[in-house]
Amino acid sequence: MIRIRGLAKTFTLHHQHGAVLPVLAGIDLDVARAECVALHGPSGAGKSTLLRSIYANYRTQHGSIEVRHEGRWVDMARAGARELLEVRRATMGYVSQFLRVIPRVPALAVVAEPLIAAGVARTQAEDRARTLLARLNIPERLWSLPPATFSGGEQQRINIARGFITGHPILLLDEPTASLDADNCAAVAELIREARAAGAAIIGIFHDLDVSNLVTTRLYPLHMREATA
Amino acid sequence: MTTPLLRVDGVSKRYAAHVGCLDVGFDLWPGEVIAIAGESGSGKTTLLNCVSGRLLPDAGCIEFNTRHEGLQDIYRMSEPRRRLLARTDWGYVHQNPRDGLRIGVSAGANVGERLMAVGARHYGRIRDTTCDWMNKVELDPLRINDLPATFSGGMQQRLQIARNLVTHPRLMFMDEPTASLDVSVQARLLDLLRGLTRELGLAAIVVTHDLAVARLLTHRLMIMKEGRVVESGLTDQVLDDPQHPYTQLLVSSVLQA
Repeated sequence: MIRIRGLAKTFTLHHQHGAVLPVLAGIDLDVARAECVALHGPSGAGKSTLLRSIYANYRTQHGSIEVRHEGRWVDMARAGARELLEVRRATMGYVSQFLRVIPRVPALAVVAEPLIAAGVARTQAEDRARTLLARLNIPERLWSLPPATFSGGEQQRINIARGFITGHPILLLDEPTASLDADNCAAVAELIREARAAGAAIIGIFHDLDVSNLVTTRLYPLHMREATA
Repeated sequence: MTTPLLRVDGVSKRYAAHVGCLDVGFDLWPGEVIAIAGESGSGKTTLLNCVSGRLLPDAGCIEFNTRHEGLQDIYRMSEPRRRLLARTDWGYVHQNPRDGLRIGVSAGANVGERLMAVGARHYGRIRDTTCDWMNKVELDPLRINDLPATFSGGMQQRLQIARNLVTHPRLMFMDEPTASLDVSVQARLLDLLRGLTRELGLAAIVVTHDLAVARLLTHRLMIMKEGRVVESGLTDQVLDDPQHPYTQLLVSSVLQA
C-alpha cells in the first residue's frame, strides 16, 4: 500500500543564516495491507517528519512516496494539490498529536466531518461518530460541546475518533496515545488492531511500549543526522 | 471533470509606477477553496479584483468555465454578459458588509433583489426563497423587513453571504470576509462558510491576511509578496513546511493566542 524509495528531506531555515537540517535520507520502506509499522528512534530522528512527508504535509527533496489510491499508485512527493486532497479524502488518514479545528463547533460534528466529506449522509456519519466517541470513553454530555475546553486526553481522543471514522485503507498515527491513561490506551489499541484486521496499512509512532507491543507487526529504525551550516 | 472552473494565466496589473500584481497564474477547480495571503500592499486585492471581472489587468488572461460555452475569457465577453455572470454564477463578499449590501432597503429585499435580477417575479416564491436563505445563514426570518443598518456586523456579513448565494453561484470571491468581525462571531462564520462551500460544491477565492483563517477554511494557499506569488501549495503544506524565505518569516511571525 505504501512504497517509499530513496526519500530525503532537509529543512532550510532562511532566517537562521540559511542553516540546512538534513532530517531524512535514504529512506526505503514498504508497508503492505494489514501491517502496522512502528517508527523507532530517538527524539529528533525524524519520525514525525517521515509521517508528515508521507501525508504530503511536508515537502521532500529526493525520492518517491508512492501510495495505493483507488487501484493505482500516486507519488505523494510529486502529485498536484488536487490529487493530494483526493488521496487524503479517500485513502489516507493522519492522526496528529494536536487537535486543530474551527472553534465553537461541537465535538460530534468535528468527529463526523471527515465522513461527511467522504460523501456519507450526515445522520449516518453522526451515528458512527457517537459509536466511536462512546468506545473512546468520551462522556456523552461532552458530545454537544466544542472540544476547545476539553482536557488534553479528551481532545486527543476526539482527534483519534476523527482519524478512524472514515476507515481509510492507510493510516498514519503520530503518538495517538501520548496523553492517555491505561484504559484509554487500551481502547485506542483495540481500534488500531481492528483497523489492521480490516486490512489497513498503518505507520505509527508509539511512545507507549505496551500499546506498541499490542499493535505493531514490525519496527522501522530511524537514526539521528548531523546538521550542517 | 477535466476543465477547471477558473483559469488564470500571466495576470499583471500596474498602477503607474506601482506594481499591483505580476504574472500570476493558477487553476481553480469546482469545490476548491483557495486563499490568497500576504501583507498589506502585496497585491491580494488587486489580484482578486482582476480575476473577479472588476479590474481589467494590463496583461494575462482569465477564463471562466461558463455553463454552456465552456472556458471563456471574461474580459473578451461583452460587458452585459460579464455582469450577468457577476450576479448569477459568481458571488462577491466584501470585507465591509455595507459595501456589498444596499443599506437603504430591507434585509429581504437585499436577498430577493438578486433573484429578481435573474428574472424571478413571483413575490411569494421570492419571499420563501429569501426566508430559506436567511435560515441557512442563521438569520431569523422574522427580521426580513428590517433594514440591514439595524443588524450587527456579524449579521450583516451573513446577510451579504445569503444575498450572494441565493442565485446558486459556482464561484465566490471573498475579500477578508471575517476581518471586520469579533473573534467570537468569526468562528461561527468560518464554520458556516466551510459547511456551505462543502454542501453546495462551491469554489471560492478568499483574500485574507489571517493565516489561521486560511488554515481552517481553504484547501490551497498562495502567498503574495510585492505583487508576485512567491509560494503556493496545499494550505497545511505552505504553513507547516514553508520553503520561501518570506513565507518562513510570515509563518513564524504569527502570534499564538
